[in-house]
Amino acid sequence: MSAENVGSSGDAAALGGERPPPLPPRPSQIQSKSSPSTIVPERPNLSSKPTTAISSMNIQTLSFPDGSRGTFSTAGGENNNSQGTEQTPGAGAASMGFNSISNDIDESMSIMSLAPTLRPPGDLESLLVGDMSKKSPAWMLLHSQSAAVQPFETTRAEEGAILTDFAREFDDIPEPSETWSDDARLKLWKSKLKHFMILSSAGKPIYSRYGDLEMINSSMGVVQTIISFYQGAKNPLLGFYAANTRFVIVTQGPLYLVAISKLGESDYQLRAQLDALYMQILSTLTLPTLTNIFANRPSTDLRKPLQGTESLLSSLADSFTRGSPSALLGALECLRLRKSHRHAINNAFLKTKTDKLLYGLIVAGGRLVSVIRPRRHSLHPSDLQLIFNMLFESGGVKAGGGENWIPLCLPAFNNRGYLYMYVSFLDVDPESERDMSAAGEEIAIILISPDKESFFDLQHMRDDVVTELKKRGHLDIIKTAAKQGRPKMNEIAPGTHVSHFLFKSRANVQFCMPSLHPTFSNLISHRRLMSLYHNLHSTIHAKHTHVKVLHCVGEDTTSLAWITPIFEFYCVAGPNASRTVMTQGANKIMQWAKREEERLFIIGGGVF
Amino acid sequence: MADSNAPKPSSSVKLVLLGEAAVGKSSLVLRFVNNDFQENKEPTIGAAFLTQKCNLPTRTIKFEIWDTAGQERFASLAPMYYRNAQAALVVYDLTKPTSLIKAKHWVAELQRQASPGIVIALVGNKLDLTNDSESGQAESEGADGEESGDARKISTEEAKTYAEEEGLLFFETSAKTGHNVSEVFTAIANAIPETSLKSTRGPGASSAVNRGGDEQRVNLNGPREAAKEGCAC
Repeated sequence: MSAENVGSSGDAAALGGERPPPLPPRPSQIQSKSSPSTIVPERPNLSSKPTTAISSMNIQTLSFPDGSRGTFSTAGGENNNSQGTEQTPGAGAASMGFNSISNDIDESMSIMSLAPTLRPPGDLESLLVGDMSKKSPAWMLLHSQSAAVQPFETTRAEEGAILTDFAREFDDIPEPSETWSDDARLKLWKSKLKHFMILSSAGKPIYSRYGDLEMINSSMGVVQTIISFYQGAKNPLLGFYAANTRFVIVTQGPLYLVAISKLGESDYQLRAQLDALYMQILSTLTLPTLTNIFANRPSTDLRKPLQGTESLLSSLADSFTRGSPSALLGALECLRLRKSHRHAINNAFLKTKTDKLLYGLIVAGGRLVSVIRPRRHSLHPSDLQLIFNMLFESGGVKAGGGENWIPLCLPAFNNRGYLYMYVSFLDVDPESERDMSAAGEEIAIILISPDKESFFDLQHMRDDVVTELKKRGHLDIIKTAAKQGRPKMNEIAPGTHVSHFLFKSRANVQFCMPSLHPTFSNLISHRRLMSLYHNLHSTIHAKHTHVKVLHCVGEDTTSLAWITPIFEFYCVAGPNASRTVMTQGANKIMQWAKREEERLFIIGGGVF
Repeated sequence: MADSNAPKPSSSVKLVLLGEAAVGKSSLVLRFVNNDFQENKEPTIGAAFLTQKCNLPTRTIKFEIWDTAGQERFASLAPMYYRNAQAALVVYDLTKPTSLIKAKHWVAELQRQASPGIVIALVGNKLDLTNDSESGQAESEGADGEESGDARKISTEEAKTYAEEEGLLFFETSAKTGHNVSEVFTAIANAIPETSLKSTRGPGASSAVNRGGDEQRVNLNGPREAAKEGCAC
């Protein structure tokens, strides 16, 4: 229930933020008043809020599933009323109680709620102090109260209702036919939880994830009218709600990008997704080309120059809709390898380098194995996101077989020109192609050069690299590591009840996570988990918050977010996991991450 | 015994595929190289490089194939691929008139800019969508064919006449059924003048083998020998 409060106040704040600020009183009014003291601020800050609780404090009944359950109050509303935390009810977030521990402890807190948080909460240890969960043995025996209950196991039907059709979310709208009338198709189109649209400022449709452009032309028209209305008033529209659907608009030069989501992401997150789509367009065209096209003819139909890249946009969009930790954290995932192995692979890679090379990457199943780069250039995660999307998410390159030579612009590296990318998938033998489980294990060698004539140089280099890697058995090591997949939770922190986590190393812009099997392997529970992470991420990253540790208790999950300048950490456990359980789990994981740091992350990479 | 041991002269031939987007260039290559077909294949980005051997009675040809993307924005990169190419496959879609116009542009560009001796084959793809896919193929999509009827928009005569005028090889193919695909590549291999081949293995036994070559050839499920008559040369 407190989440509802948080959500709605957050919404109000966001909406308020988009309204123009209140006008100052008119001069005539001021003059007409005899005394300045009678001027009242247009809206005094009301101290009371609409609430069903007796005081403005939220009554929490769910936080601690122990003997002391009862009710106790915290000033939850105050602490969490932060900008940028829009939460639409849905996706498992609805029943989440936010219970943040921040430096500025509110004076209105009750003694009860202060008890566990009196110590400065700079580190997680303080959460352990004054644990309130004194469990009676009988209580512990109740299975329904066990910390071993998995996240989402207890989700009530109505909570998950929004995701019931999620399995069909990615299906295309069928062609018009006798069985599919226009109305039925439109209804299906509207039922999608997430839409991405791109149109030109002249109103020409460029891309829509669902529906042929004919069908959605009128919707595009409406969108264009709304946006340009605000654009005309020199007050660009950033976003709005329609019921619990969030519309977010990004204007990039001559393009409008629109995200329409019922999945409850924050504006910041949706904006980042739209930016990624824009980057994909730049990657196809380069910025000068895009600008020129519209400078010469504002009414250009951009679909023609972008022809053939719809599938790249769609696979990006779908990865956002499924929920991508990499996109959420703006970080990359690496293949876990022993430090000495990675070092040896880097060296073999460096040894074979040609003069034409700018960047060299070895990637296994979408996870980075090795990078070599010039000393002065690093690779930007958003550029790598585009490359990974092209190679591993959309089937175009992989399916062709053979080697590929792809001109592309890496916008974060340089948005004005093309680089040329040599791609070769190793050992794509027909055996493993048929075996779907092997789909995530292909090894690709990616060599990027500024010289468009350097295909054969790079091809030669690839042959050398492969020979070198084979000779020393490194190829098998990579294959084995890729086949092993991500580590299981019980290998990382045995005995913990934490079911999943994300750990981002800020300095390396890389993250790691455990296997999604078995709890989060299906599409819907995966999306729930990602929604949860999105909520944690947006809450803890909200502007002007000083929250460092966030402990959330919901009806079907318990979660914890923890941010320091070094790392970001998010973890999830079942609904009955106590704080102690969570913090112990988190500490174990943290120790593991520290211990494994050089295996989990590529630190520096091969530099030439 | 004869040909498996006898070293045939082997040489590599650089071949480029050109043509409008979505006419089936990559599908033709996929059929030729892997004997495979993918429904709704995603567009090629940039270009793909593949190799495949083609065994002729007297020699082995190793095709180095550049499968280019058909989108307009990649057109400026095409010279890089057809430069020094000994053969080109210009592909159009039998059911799409604009694709033949585009194909004619490519032929003109090749004749103007590519190496003088280049062997060009004009290939009309997607024969499976037309009614005249002879000799009872179209096995799987029978029902589809019945209701959609003939989607052909470019007659064989029209394209053939043009090909003869320009001195091109001409084929109508279906990458989906495999019809005529290997024949295109065999015909190109045969049409490459001996002199332009840089032999990589030196001349070996030459005339001793005749039948064996066909058996060794990649086994494609197109119709047997009958298809030869489609060849314009």
